[in-house]
Amino acid sequence: MPTFVYMTRCDGCGHCVDICPSDIMHIDPTYRRAYNIEPNMCWECYSCVKACPQHAIDVRGYADFAPLGHSVRVDRDERKGTIAWRIKFRDGTEKNFLSPITTKPWGTAIPKLAEVPAPSEEIRNSQLLYNEPKWIRMDEGGLRTLKDAGLTLKQGVYY
Amino acid sequence: MLSVNPFAVAGASLPAGFLQAFLVLMVLAVVAGTLFDIVHKGSARYFFANMRKSKDKGRALGAGERVSIAMQTAVVDVLASGEFCNQKRRVAHLLGMYGFIVYVVATAVMVFGYPTDATPTPAIWPLLWWIGAVMVLVGGYWFWFFIRVDVAAEGNSPFRLAKADLFVLSLVASVTLAVAWAASGGGVGVLFWLYIIATIVLFGGVPWSKFAHMFFKPAAAFEKRVSRANGTAENLPTQTRDDPEQQKRHSMELLRDAPMDMGLGIKREAPRHY
Repeated sequence: MPTFVYMTRCDGCGHCVDICPSDIMHIDPTYRRAYNIEPNMCWECYSCVKACPQHAIDVRGYADFAPLGHSVRVDRDERKGTIAWRIKFRDGTEKNFLSPITTKPWGTAIPKLAEVPAPSEEIRNSQLLYNEPKWIRMDEGGLRTLKDAGLTLKQGVYY
Repeated sequence: MLSVNPFAVAGASLPAGFLQAFLVLMVLAVVAGTLFDIVHKGSARYFFANMRKSKDKGRALGAGERVSIAMQTAVVDVLASGEFCNQKRRVAHLLGMYGFIVYVVATAVMVFGYPTDATPTPAIWPLLWWIGAVMVLVGGYWFWFFIRVDVAAEGNSPFRLAKADLFVLSLVASVTLAVAWAASGGGVGVLFWLYIIATIVLFGGVPWSKFAHMFFKPAAAFEKRVSRANGTAENLPTQTRDDPEQQKRHSMELLRDAPMDMGLGIKREAPRHY
């Protein structure tokens, strides 16, 4: 179910090109609108759908059920710090979800591996991934959440 | 220079009625080009089919509501280009739009109202023509050299041409040549004919350029607002945090004490990481 672009809505801003993890959203050199250059390689991560300020990107359903009226659309409202989903099922059922955005600023979530000590032999031979117990904090008890840590969201989309 | 009507100067060396007939022809070219574009692309059929679908599914809107939506569209989307997220693009667009309107109106007034030196042109019209032209040039060249997506984001040369550039390029070419022609005295010479050719490309190229977006965009913006108001919203989510009911939801717990306007997040950065 790859993404496609409503050409009349797209203004060629490039947010989708920027965010696509597969690098398959490109700007058409003739019309200066975004398009999916390789639908086979799209894994429907919805990054571009969420990033599009004009709601110009949608995800194409499979041909056997797409004509039956389903719809999965999303509105990522950065000013309010929320992401909303509206899911319409083929039988007419509608579900709405509203959640906080938890995206980090560009570049801040990249671990600086050069500054981290190399894994020891013991860790290399372990079943766990590199730094797994430490970084997911499972070595100090249960899974940590904001609520457990007594934290709340601060002003700004990020916390 | 700023108070001389260049069309009156040129009109003296041209057959009577040439400039007036040319202007009428250009208006007809825009009308015919826009209609051809609509029929050829089937955009109007698609647009009205979509509108009917949205009307059938959503709640009925009263006449007052529709007038209010039309007013909002006119003020926010048309007069202030509210749909732009990139403020630089928005300013360049507003300069181009208002400049073009002032420039075209001043041209029409000077061509039809003061065609010869027999009827002296009030100084305001040539001045408005110059102001409009300069606004178009500032907005147009700023857009062309710095804001265009494949220049700003993809790093291509600003001199790389594509079909999509037909409108902006013929617009700045026409206005640049008009300004050069007027600055050189407004006679009928090479600059005048180059200006005429660029103008023919601008108005005659409507079916192939995005000239007609100035007519389509307000209609699309109105339809978008109508679909929001009647609840269909093109299937987009309509729930927001403003609604006190939504604030009580479990998923909204983390945002309970957060301010309603949290500022722009990831979109505060221009998309140029590719």
